[in-house]
Amino acid sequence: MNETATALRVAPAYTSTVESRGAIDLRDLNFYYGTAHALKHVNMLVPANAVTAIIGPSGCGKSTLLRTINRIFELYPDQYATGEIIIDERNVLDRRYPLSDLRRLVGMVFQKPTPFPSSIRSNVAFALSYYERLSKSELNDRIEDALRQAALWDEVKDKLHHSALSLSGGQQQRLCIARTIAVRPEILLLDEATSALDPISTAKVEELIHELRERFTIMIVTHNMQQAARVSQRTAFFHLGELVEFGSTSEIFTNPHEQQTRDYITGRYG
Amino acid sequence: MAIPARRRVADIAAFAFATAATVFGLVWLAWILWTTLVQGAAALTPSLFSQMTPPPGASGGLVNAFYGSAVMILLGVIIGTPIGVAAGTYLAEHGRYTRLAAIVSFVNDILLSAPSIVIGLFVYELVVRNAGHFSGYAGALALAMILLPIVVRTTEESLRLIPDQMREAGFALGLPRWRVTRQILYKAALSAILTGILLGVARIAGETAPLLFTALNNQSWSASLNGPLANVPVVIFQYAMSPYNEWHTLAWAGAFVLTAFVLVLNILVRLLARKGKEQ
Amino acid sequence: MRKSGVGADRTFQWITAGAAWLVLLLLGGVAVSMAWGGRLAFETFGWQFVTGRNWDVVAGKFGAFVPIYGTLVTSAIALIIAVPVSIGIALFLTDIAPRWSRGPIAIAIELLAAIPSIIYGMWGLFIFAPFMAAHVEPWLNAHVANKALIGPLFSGPPIGIGMLTAGIVLGIMVIPFIASVAREVFSAVPAPLKESAVALGSTRWEILSRVTLPYTRSAVIGAIFLGLGRALGETMAVTFVLGNAHDLSLSLLMPSNSIAAAIANEFTEADTELYRSSLIALGFLLFAVTFVVLTIAKLLLLRMNRQLGRTH
Repeated sequence: MNETATALRVAPAYTSTVESRGAIDLRDLNFYYGTAHALKHVNMLVPANAVTAIIGPSGCGKSTLLRTINRIFELYPDQYATGEIIIDERNVLDRRYPLSDLRRLVGMVFQKPTPFPSSIRSNVAFALSYYERLSKSELNDRIEDALRQAALWDEVKDKLHHSALSLSGGQQQRLCIARTIAVRPEILLLDEATSALDPISTAKVEELIHELRERFTIMIVTHNMQQAARVSQRTAFFHLGELVEFGSTSEIFTNPHEQQTRDYITGRYG
Repeated sequence: MAIPARRRVADIAAFAFATAATVFGLVWLAWILWTTLVQGAAALTPSLFSQMTPPPGASGGLVNAFYGSAVMILLGVIIGTPIGVAAGTYLAEHGRYTRLAAIVSFVNDILLSAPSIVIGLFVYELVVRNAGHFSGYAGALALAMILLPIVVRTTEESLRLIPDQMREAGFALGLPRWRVTRQILYKAALSAILTGILLGVARIAGETAPLLFTALNNQSWSASLNGPLANVPVVIFQYAMSPYNEWHTLAWAGAFVLTAFVLVLNILVRLLARKGKEQ
Repeated sequence: MRKSGVGADRTFQWITAGAAWLVLLLLGGVAVSMAWGGRLAFETFGWQFVTGRNWDVVAGKFGAFVPIYGTLVTSAIALIIAVPVSIGIALFLTDIAPRWSRGPIAIAIELLAAIPSIIYGMWGLFIFAPFMAAHVEPWLNAHVANKALIGPLFSGPPIGIGMLTAGIVLGIMVIPFIASVAREVFSAVPAPLKESAVALGSTRWEILSRVTLPYTRSAVIGAIFLGLGRALGETMAVTFVLGNAHDLSLSLLMPSNSIAAAIANEFTEADTELYRSSLIALGFLLFAVTFVVLTIAKLLLLRMNRQLGRTH
């Protein structure tokens, strides 16, 4: 399944239960930037081993949703969330849930590629050597494994010691993906991860997402509806912080229930 | 529609004034540098680096002054840099949204432009008075205090330049703050921080006033930092103000070396900055 | 999982916060030690310390009016020269100079700031002061000294060393500080603002006076205060060419004293507690005044930053 058709390609429907490892259950999730109520009473079950796309107009809360799941918002003083996010039967939003556990469970790739200022090899090994005690050969194996999974190994195997900054934009992004999956998380959050890439790199990353979904729970935020349709099994449509509709991708794009969803899909507003 | 004459005249006058002002500034620069070059080059001899500061009326060199300056600058950098980098890190990272950081940043900028003679007096009261004698240590401490705000400012600014997404990428991987700062941020900001340190060195190399009451000066060779220590700026000061011609000559030689040192450092900094930007 | 990360993080936080506190402590320490060291002089002389004109080492009477006066006068002369020149340079670099030359010229102006002040002092003493004595001061004596009002300011023995020479040298030293801030701020004026003025047919001068300067007013005044702060505290350049005189004179051609120069010249020779305390008290006055001036400068520059942040 690696054509990049320009028409809306429909992906097969998918069902999951909350018991699946790596599923994310959002219960009455609210998010605030100071006094601004950015996410309103979100209830959603993100299935494991599938790709869920989050779509909606700018400012609807798509990125905010992702940033609550790995609690990256805690870096900023006046941002906070209420409600529950249940992963593997534990509420990860609870202050008592250790951040280091969470960040190992959940990986995030950002819109702009963020290679660290060191070698390619060192980038991939970054978190790995922090979390696990590995022998040199084990480390090398894991690095190769991650780079292969990110479809980057062939391109960089001879220059692992080169600076990560010498790679092209698309390669850098795939490096960020490799770096993230090296620690073997259960969940991958991709926040507009292909917006800054050229079409060829975007296609490669989409291919990657398709292969990765067998091992990870993937959530992608995208403003590109065709991409959402190509790549995901479930799609959630957000508007002004509220979850308007959530269903199988085929349904959302061919026969949405809500008028708002219909309007957005058909391009009445963006 | 032609612009009325009055307005045109005002415009040409502004043009002329701005150009004249720039030429004015550049002329002074050229005059000062030219003078230092001519007077200093005439005074340059190999003995500058082999002989010590001479008694009045005799000729000699500046080697003890060079040594003393080098040692105090080095010690000043060793003391001031870690504190400066740490404080700058607090301002840009840990303390970013705190009141303390805002106040410290403000105060730091004031210290940056504060008269260095006051720093000298402070170290005098603190160290020299209690120890009972002048010392190279006191001099180095004074230089460290002048270097500190420069390093703090550069560290804070260069860390702030790094986009937040880089930090978030590190935190998203689960790395603790000190690792994110040390292994990602410092590496990314390294050349900018080095630039700041070099600029700081250029500044403290030429500082005279703070050394007047701390290290003072020493006519003879002294390797010990625990007593008055010869240094280039104070030697230039004392020799230039004296009535002896040989001492004037030596002062010019010292001035030449000092100016060359400072200018070379400044050029080095520009080159480093350009290399950093290319990346 | 790695719990050690938390412990190390806390240590790191303490270290960086501690260093930040040290910066505050430094400022506090300077202020306190100057005040403490000068208390003897303040207690002994009271307000007379500031208004007294007698700096009599032998009799043990110290009045700081002459150094204060000298500091203020030389700084005033410095600003009178530096402010228009710096604004002119800023205009030149942002509007007039061909693009390829802007970088090199800006660097050259910044080099003026990089040159150590003792070099200015030497050049002032050996080259500039004699120049003033031979060419400028006789001219002033001949042509300006007889004019009403300003005449007495410019009449005096043409010895070169004096307030005028010191003020000029100080002015040159201060130019790069004001010019660099002005240049930065001039080029930060949003292009649409300038372009609409151009579209209305404004001349370059009109854009400067009606758009750029009003828009950047806070920052330019802030830059002037910054220059003033530097001028007030400058030691070595002034020490060489001001003359270390203890008499008050109206004429700018006469030597005088500045706070920093007095301290620099006399501190190592101060042999009594009162003498030393008086010099430290001078240091305290200098510190207090520059602190206020630099605070005003910083507040003005911060206001400009906020303004720019909003419109960008």
